[in-house]
Amino acid sequence: MYDISLHILDIVENSIRAGAKNIVIKIIKNTNKGKLDVIIKDDGRGMDKKELKRVTDPFFTTKEGKKIGLGISLFAQAACDTGGKFYIGSKKGKGTIVCVSFNRNHPDMKPLGDIKRTIEILQTVYPDINFNYKEVFL
Amino acid sequence: MKLKPEDLDKIAQKMRSTTNLRDGTARMKITVHMGTCGIASGAREILSAFLSCIEKEETSNILITTSGCAGLCSREPMATVEAKGEPPVKYVDLTKDKVERIFKEHIVGGKIVQEYALAIGSERVL
Repeated sequence: MYDISLHILDIVENSIRAGAKNIVIKIIKNTNKGKLDVIIKDDGRGMDKKELKRVTDPFFTTKEGKKIGLGISLFAQAACDTGGKFYIGSKKGKGTIVCVSFNRNHPDMKPLGDIKRTIEILQTVYPDINFNYKEVFL
Repeated sequence: MKLKPEDLDKIAQKMRSTTNLRDGTARMKITVHMGTCGIASGAREILSAFLSCIEKEETSNILITTSGCAGLCSREPMATVEAKGEPPVKYVDLTKDKVERIFKEHIVGGKIVQEYALAIGSERVL
């Protein structure tokens, strides 16, 4: 993945496939602390504890007939490469939240990319899903 | 320019009125493969190219959607074009120029672009 906006597109595709109707995408830029946080929250079908435990394992997927699932593991790796953090929480039947924190000044930090394009495309292809996009500057 | 919630509402409304997916009247269905592999190889730009072609042509009965990995990651970006009542055609190794040609010849003209097609048929949807 070239940039973070593509990672976000990838993660949101997961939310959509989990049947989400409301998806919140939040980007928090903290220039003073040199941090960039990305939060993606959905109201999809969620995961149980067993699935959640293995979610960052690239050899785990819930898709039938597939053996690998790289989306979340790559996003987590992109954050870890900058010394950042990755968190995923989920409740069966309620939804899932992904919180990723990047150190913006790290040499391995990926560019944010064209986030506007990502959101526009998602809204265009899925007009019935409610996307809530927020950008916060601290 | 910042993206406002009103802008997203406008996009959604516009798309609801132009694609007739729900009542099944779409003449053509374009599926861009947007699994992790597809996105990493540039599927977002391919989808953008299809959307701008649709906008230019001002056609209202084309449905555009996305799907996951089709299991042929090395041939991404991929898209499947399906005319109503005909078997789907899978196009591989797409670029913007190829999209424009496929749009002109297959989607508008109804003639399959054989050079870019991998196969006729569809994988099992996962």
